[in-house]
Amino acid sequence: MSKQPIVKELEQVVVRFSGDSGDGMQLAGNIFSTVSATVGNSISTFPDYPADIRAPQGSLTGVSGFQVHIGAEKVYTPGDQCDVLVAMNAAALKTQYRYAKPQATIIIDTDAFGPNDLKKAQFDSDDYLLEMGIDPDRVVACPITKMVKEVLTPLGTLDNKSMLKCRNMFALGIVCWLFNRDVALVENFLKEKFVKKPQLAEANIKVVNAGYDYGANTHASVPATYRIETKHKVPGRYMDITGNKATVYGLIAAAEKAGLKLYLGSYPITPATDILHELSKHKSCGAITVQCEDEISGCASAVGAAFAGALAVTSTSGPGLCLKSEAINLAVIDELPLVVIDVQRGGPSTGLPTKSEQTDLLQALYGRNGESPMPVIAATSPTNCFESAYMACKMALEHLTPVVLLTDAFIANGSAAWRLPSLGDLSEIHPHYAPDEQKYKYTPYKRDTASHVRYWAIPGQEGFEHILGGLEKDGETGAISTEPENHNKMVKERYAKIQAIPVPDVEVEGDKDDAELLIVGFGSTYGHLYSAMEELRKKGHKVALAQFQYINPLPRNTQEVLMKYPKVVVAEQNLGQFRAYLRIRINGFSPYKFNQVKGQPFQIHELVQAFEEILK
Amino acid sequence: MKQYTFQDYKKGQPRWCPGCGDHFFLASLHKAMAELGVPPYQTAVISGIGCSSRLPYYMNTYAMQTIHGRAAAIATGAKVVNPALAVWQISGDGDGLAIGGNHFIHAMRRNIDLNMILLNNRIYGLTKGQYSPTSPRGFVSKSSPYGTVEDPFRPAELCFGARGRFFARSVANDGPETVEILKAAYQHKGASVCEILQHCVIFNNGAYDPIYTKEGRKKNAIYVRHGEKLVFGENNEYGLMQEGFGLKVVKIGENGVTLDDILVHDAHCEDNTLQLKLAMMDNEHGYPIALGVIRDVEAPTYDVCVNEQIDEVKAKKSYHCFEELLETNDIWEVKE
Repeated sequence: MSKQPIVKELEQVVVRFSGDSGDGMQLAGNIFSTVSATVGNSISTFPDYPADIRAPQGSLTGVSGFQVHIGAEKVYTPGDQCDVLVAMNAAALKTQYRYAKPQATIIIDTDAFGPNDLKKAQFDSDDYLLEMGIDPDRVVACPITKMVKEVLTPLGTLDNKSMLKCRNMFALGIVCWLFNRDVALVENFLKEKFVKKPQLAEANIKVVNAGYDYGANTHASVPATYRIETKHKVPGRYMDITGNKATVYGLIAAAEKAGLKLYLGSYPITPATDILHELSKHKSCGAITVQCEDEISGCASAVGAAFAGALAVTSTSGPGLCLKSEAINLAVIDELPLVVIDVQRGGPSTGLPTKSEQTDLLQALYGRNGESPMPVIAATSPTNCFESAYMACKMALEHLTPVVLLTDAFIANGSAAWRLPSLGDLSEIHPHYAPDEQKYKYTPYKRDTASHVRYWAIPGQEGFEHILGGLEKDGETGAISTEPENHNKMVKERYAKIQAIPVPDVEVEGDKDDAELLIVGFGSTYGHLYSAMEELRKKGHKVALAQFQYINPLPRNTQEVLMKYPKVVVAEQNLGQFRAYLRIRINGFSPYKFNQVKGQPFQIHELVQAFEEILK
Repeated sequence: MKQYTFQDYKKGQPRWCPGCGDHFFLASLHKAMAELGVPPYQTAVISGIGCSSRLPYYMNTYAMQTIHGRAAAIATGAKVVNPALAVWQISGDGDGLAIGGNHFIHAMRRNIDLNMILLNNRIYGLTKGQYSPTSPRGFVSKSSPYGTVEDPFRPAELCFGARGRFFARSVANDGPETVEILKAAYQHKGASVCEILQHCVIFNNGAYDPIYTKEGRKKNAIYVRHGEKLVFGENNEYGLMQEGFGLKVVKIGENGVTLDDILVHDAHCEDNTLQLKLAMMDNEHGYPIALGVIRDVEAPTYDVCVNEQIDEVKAKKSYHCFEELLETNDIWEVKE
């Protein structure tokens, strides 16, 4: 045995687990992030999975990845490139190596690099490391499959197939050793996960320990192991949460706060389906979920639910938003509360169903017939999905309007540590109900003169019977009207109502007083843009960031912020939709642009490079 | 309990063409509602788009006129959120069976407690005269000047194919029968379809001429009544018998046929075979057109089941609100 390797302190580290879709990479990654978060590290995760459910084993198209970023200080993204790459087979190494830093440590299962595996992964020779240009000194080459079998065969409780499913835990064990993670925490996690299958818990725990011991005994040919300490702890109780789950939690909290039934009409569509899955589990909180016959019905039934007095929600992704447009517009003219969640993915059409883009912004803002103003909110991180969903509900109920909540595959599937809120901390929600004085006098389109909001009367109340319809109506009586002046007035009322919604000012971070360059973004790119800004500031540049969560209406200070700095760049994952929208709203605004539409998150180093060009 | 009259459900002055079947139907609906006695404020009438979908504007109830074809979907959301509401969904043949066909069949399949009215005039009236999915093959209209080359839907067949459990039919100007089937549709718990046969006086007048008068119905229609013999004719001299896989019309007293040989209608029979045979009868093939409640079979309803399931899960699970839900996760504490 050689001497104990030194332990180095790291500020942050990125680990990418990769293998076949069925190799349990997500579980390994989740455990690693949770265990790290438990000791107080900041975490951010991102799964990168293929559209195929089970592509042929060992094939290039079947590789799925799960990236975990942990840090001593707050981390804002899952990280550009990884410090450690786990590749459970040849195809994983082939496709995932490009996400590794030049000096990254690579952990591979040599048993999955046989001639057949190499052929499936389209290697030309059997010296795959040479072929990829990987320095063998950086590789922890371990016969994982063989060792897992050796560990588990004596137990006699698992068949061969089940044994192979534990390979991910061996890799996790090596990673835990590498980063000095307490295996006991992993054991607790596994015991809880497999509480009903103690044999699996036992097997997985044995394999994790075997992986850890393998690392410790061989020192896994690495020069050092690492420790990520925790700085600047914000005390509190935390959980790991994905954006989709946080969205659902926001809906549940809002319904409870408003004292309303929660209704979700939805149709399965990647990457939004987890919202339907998650909420369907929580019927004990009173949630009604209806898996509808199509996207149209998902939205239309929600409009009906809103009419009947529920907090009504429909969830979808881009192509589904197209189908919902007409029913959303009914909610616009009927002035009914409705939350429309669009988890954006690559488009157009079916596009890249599992990948992430910000390309539905203009559709959300304008993709309906007629003058159809509607609030749009874009969540900025997995945990911010909670607040954004909550505020979308509040806005819908208090201003009687449909609201679009934009998230995307990146933050919907990504996760981060979330400090648990209490219901009491959340702002009050007061649905704009018709007051009792209106009994027997109620007409549906009389408005509050300041907010332009009509009054909501729920079926079942005597003296408030009324009709809502898709036809233009008289603002006073609610009767059908084609009077030119009335229509002109109603169009303007609906517009004014949305513009009158109060939203918080956009915050400027970084060098807010003297920035040479203001970076402007919206929604899910916050983490990357923030990290890029910090990089630039470390290099001595004066840079600030304004990340928009509220898109329509825009914050009151938008013009002031955007016109304040010598140079402004709008960076977004589309061809300039937010920039175009800002240029409609802000006279004379003519910023630089940075656009990438790869279906992948921004890379911080690419942002830094592009912004430095602008700063020149 | 307050007694309601048809006036309590009435509102406004209908703007349909004089003689339109919609006028007759609206009067029957007001009357049926008054006889059922459900308060206007506990009633929601939801329609799509088309001439007949204007109907909610003439109801003094909660109401929505929505978008083309989606009334069944919108009504589904309203009913599942508040099962205590009596929900009436009004559609025409284009609204319900063309653009809204998907929602129509899935409302049937789910068996949600909606009273689904299908006002079938076999034409698009509001867009001024195009053939509809119930227009007969060869039908000449503005969009089919040389006749259609496609077969129509038969609403009953579609309803049965989608596992519908209530189907009734009436002629719009046959007020008493219309009122009866509407009341039966309300009393049936589950999706109930009432097909109302009616003329569009402008674009498809005469579509149902043989049964559009009282005299005509005596000869060319049969009123089906659960538990009663299937007889028709001016003096009930004709009846229906089973023959092979089908039905046949017989004259009682001829060829040795007696009243005992005549089929007794069973609307509650789970097996819909003979009910479908009744519903599919037409004058062209020498049969009377069946009117009345053809099928009426009880089953669990979607709106009730959804809410019962919530109660069951509430009883089983330990968390019932947001803060309790949070505690079901893996939580760690970060201390100072």
